[in-house]
Amino acid sequence: MKITTEFRRGRLTVWLHGELDHHAAKEVIGTICDEIDECLPSSCILDFKGVGFMDSSGIAVILKTYKRMRELNGSLLILNASKQVMRVLEMSGIGKFIGMEEINA
Amino acid sequence: MKTVNYIKIEIPSKSTNEGLARSIAACFAAQLDPTLEEIGDIKTAVSEAVTNSIVHAYPDEIGKISIRGRIFDDNTLEIVVQDWGRGIKDIEQAMEPMFTTGGDDRSGMGFTIMESFMDKLKVKSAEGKGTTVTMRRRLSFRTGTKR
Repeated sequence: MKITTEFRRGRLTVWLHGELDHHAAKEVIGTICDEIDECLPSSCILDFKGVGFMDSSGIAVILKTYKRMRELNGSLLILNASKQVMRVLEMSGIGKFIGMEEINA
Repeated sequence: MKTVNYIKIEIPSKSTNEGLARSIAACFAAQLDPTLEEIGDIKTAVSEAVTNSIVHAYPDEIGKISIRGRIFDDNTLEIVVQDWGRGIKDIEQAMEPMFTTGGDDRSGMGFTIMESFMDKLKVKSAEGKGTTVTMRRRLSFRTGTKR
């Protein structure tokens, strides 16, 4: 899985590319947490536009990111989740407390 | 129900094989002319089952995982994921949403997803002997398609 990040005006944007499964999750969590610790953003965006597949490992990645952002009193937004990703996310009930939007579908 | 096709593969419990396992399952299911959503569901369920074996059955070693698929004449796909690892102590507890013995990089949603995304889920496990997960999903017949 390829991860690219950008930090601008207090906002950390993370673009994920590839398949987010258990094999990829550890590295993704590590990278996101390192970036958050370094930038201390007030908001974080996870852009799923490049994610073709995600299983329950992705739920853990999002929850972990959410917890880190909450510790900083920051916000988290999930962008451009595909139908398959949404179906997995719906199982977790994550949508009740984390914002989700589609921007460039 | 008559079996019209089958597949058997064996993989070592390496996490690189998670993608391989779900792709093979998706390719096998493709002959039933599934919808994109059906393929997504099957891939997700298989990914969860195989990941469980990798993470929980063989936490400290590389073991053997068998994946068997069958297609029945009523358009049903069956996938069996079997390991010979530690086994599950309490299946009922393991199947509860959000329950996990894994770390905070696991969500505890694996069995819940398998149960919701497939029509039938059967889990057989014995401590120290291994776990067999059997899943079935009947795929929709699409108009204009011939079997």
